[in-house]
Amino acid sequence: MSRSATAPVPRSIRPGAIIAWTCLFVGGVIMITPLLFMFSTSLKSAGEVFDLRLVPANPTLQNYVRVLSDGRFLGWFLNSTLIAVITTVSCLFFDSLVAYTLAKFRFPGRKLVFLAILSTLMIPTEMLVIPWYLMSSSLGWTDTYWGIMFPGLMTAFGVFLMRQFFETVPDDFLEAARIDGLNEFTIWWRIAMPLVTPALSALAIFTFLGNWTAFFWPLIVTTDRDLYTLPVGLSSFAVEQSIQWEMIMTGAALSTIPTLLIFLFFQRYIVRGVMLAGVKG
Amino acid sequence: MASITLDKIVKTYGASTAVHGIDLQIADGEFVVLVGPSGCGKSTTLRMIAGLESISGGTLKIGARVVNQMEPKQRNIAMVFQNYAIYPHMTVHQNIGFGLYTSKLSRAEKDARVQEVGRILGLSHLLERRPAALSGGQRQRVAIGRAMVRDPQAFLFDEPLSNLDAQLRGQMRLEIKQLHQRLGSTIVFVTHDQVEAMSMADRIVVMREGRILQVGAPMELYNRPADMFTARFIGSPEMNMLDAELSGDGLGFGANAGRVALVPDALPPGLRQASSPRVAVGIRPQDLAPLNAGTTGAALVLHGTVRVAEPHGSETFVHLDLPSGSVIARAPAAASYRPGDAASFKADRDSIRYFDRETEKLVA
Ligand SMILES: Nc1ncnc2c1ncn2[C@@H]1O[C@H](COP(=O)(O)OP(=O)(O)OP(=O)(O)O)[C@@H](O)[C@H]1O
Ligand SMILES: [Mg+2]
Repeated sequence: MSRSATAPVPRSIRPGAIIAWTCLFVGGVIMITPLLFMFSTSLKSAGEVFDLRLVPANPTLQNYVRVLSDGRFLGWFLNSTLIAVITTVSCLFFDSLVAYTLAKFRFPGRKLVFLAILSTLMIPTEMLVIPWYLMSSSLGWTDTYWGIMFPGLMTAFGVFLMRQFFETVPDDFLEAARIDGLNEFTIWWRIAMPLVTPALSALAIFTFLGNWTAFFWPLIVTTDRDLYTLPVGLSSFAVEQSIQWEMIMTGAALSTIPTLLIFLFFQRYIVRGVMLAGVKG
Repeated sequence: MASITLDKIVKTYGASTAVHGIDLQIADGEFVVLVGPSGCGKSTTLRMIAGLESISGGTLKIGARVVNQMEPKQRNIAMVFQNYAIYPHMTVHQNIGFGLYTSKLSRAEKDARVQEVGRILGLSHLLERRPAALSGGQRQRVAIGRAMVRDPQAFLFDEPLSNLDAQLRGQMRLEIKQLHQRLGSTIVFVTHDQVEAMSMADRIVVMREGRILQVGAPMELYNRPADMFTARFIGSPEMNMLDAELSGDGLGFGANAGRVALVPDALPPGLRQASSPRVAVGIRPQDLAPLNAGTTGAALVLHGTVRVAEPHGSETFVHLDLPSGSVIARAPAAASYRPGDAASFKADRDSIRYFDRETEKLVA
């Protein structure tokens, strides 16, 4: 297996490549335009919002000052951070624990369990929201952090992703550790987990993003404004009084910061071929 | 250090049996090599000793303890894997130190042990490196270090050298043997390379299809292989086997075999007891010498045509086509043989082995 992940440099540019690059460029522009407008609007004053120029005529940081000094925004921001961090840590831990067991232990019903977990991927969230809600209200979980978090503490997707990666961990490592006297849990934690850091990083990014931007379920399960997550809170800017676009856009701009940080932090670990060094392939 | 005793050890996978009740006593401090062709159950046997594979039947003892039901860590053995299996996310120091994971030594004592092992294996200057920055031989040395650091009851090696190139393999072979002499540890070493087996073992265990064919010191196996399989397996190039028919006039090499025959006088007395007249005559290439003009008293002379000659520097191996079959013979390096030449080789009476072709067992 090749240790390098770099693509070969093309000698000449083929027509296919031109088409591909064009498509990617157009796609990139489409993706980035709303973001640019978000930032540009966040720098405009209220009167200027519907002046659709990309570069504001009188850029101002006033919106940022207002949003940041608004206690509600900071509260929502912290709620979102707390929920996204806890669900991410929980998913990394429990998804990989289940995935490792499914990938590396032989027990009756193992395939069945995996299929059962996978099959939950086929059910859309919208269908689950009502049972979740009924469950939460009968257990008194509405308007609690736990109520917002519990559906996301483990994900079938994470189990699936991590299982695929654990399957690629050579058994020799685990057996060597067994002989060195580690117990099964420690083998998972000290040996197997470090070997799948690229997958863990990817899962961390996905899970964090998913929970940071989650809107539908937090909206349903919370009525207490203090428990709102950032997306729910920002959308409440839209319904009260008149819609304050510049405020919404400022909040949204601020809400991208953690996602950027998470991405920058974890993408370093998405390095291929870490595992190849310890065994001869 | 401890002895290892296998008593009728069986391994079954569902309906198929990988190891058919093998008996083996490995003495304390002995270097035992399991050899055999691929799939003969060497790894399975080793892994049962290690505790990585459950034992389907029989009793396994390490020292005086029956360990059938024990976890690998309770058995206190160390194992070196074919693929090294050193942890890529740890430095050499951490990898070696991992062998002491369960040890109750203090941090400083552990560190001293790691340094000591690193020094013995010539890894001192590499202790802070990660496996990715090591050569194959260095990685294998780290794996051995992780095994050594703990002072285990026994070392188990599963084809540890097969990923190394020929030169490095020779060097590591020597190092492992020296390590054994120095530590006096019990070693069970699996390989399918008979050269490794011959050069390192105190005793060799030849396995085939889940059974032990023969156990003995290297020279014992070389000189008196118990059957045709072992005879061919041990020694390089492999032993020549010629089909022959036993009759009242002696031993005939087939109707069209140029009427080469061995007269009864030249035959060992044991051969008379062979259950069937169909025998295989085994002669090592090293025991076939060129027939010189003045030679007398050779038990067997083979006349043939040279197919190819392979000079090895110190000697030349001549592939000789006989009227029936072919043989390899050793000639002095100086001798020159060209394809198509007629050549004659002789073997002494004592160097010839006779096997029963039905049972493949040694007859005489
Ligand atoms: N998990 C398993 N399930 C079923 N059969 C197995 C299993 N592991 C090994 N076997 C069988 O047991 C037999 C012995 O295998 P083993 O790995 O011990 O061979 P080996 O002597 O080490 O060969 P090699 O030199 O190729 O490593 C083989 O026929 C193999 O197919
Ligand atoms: Mg094997």
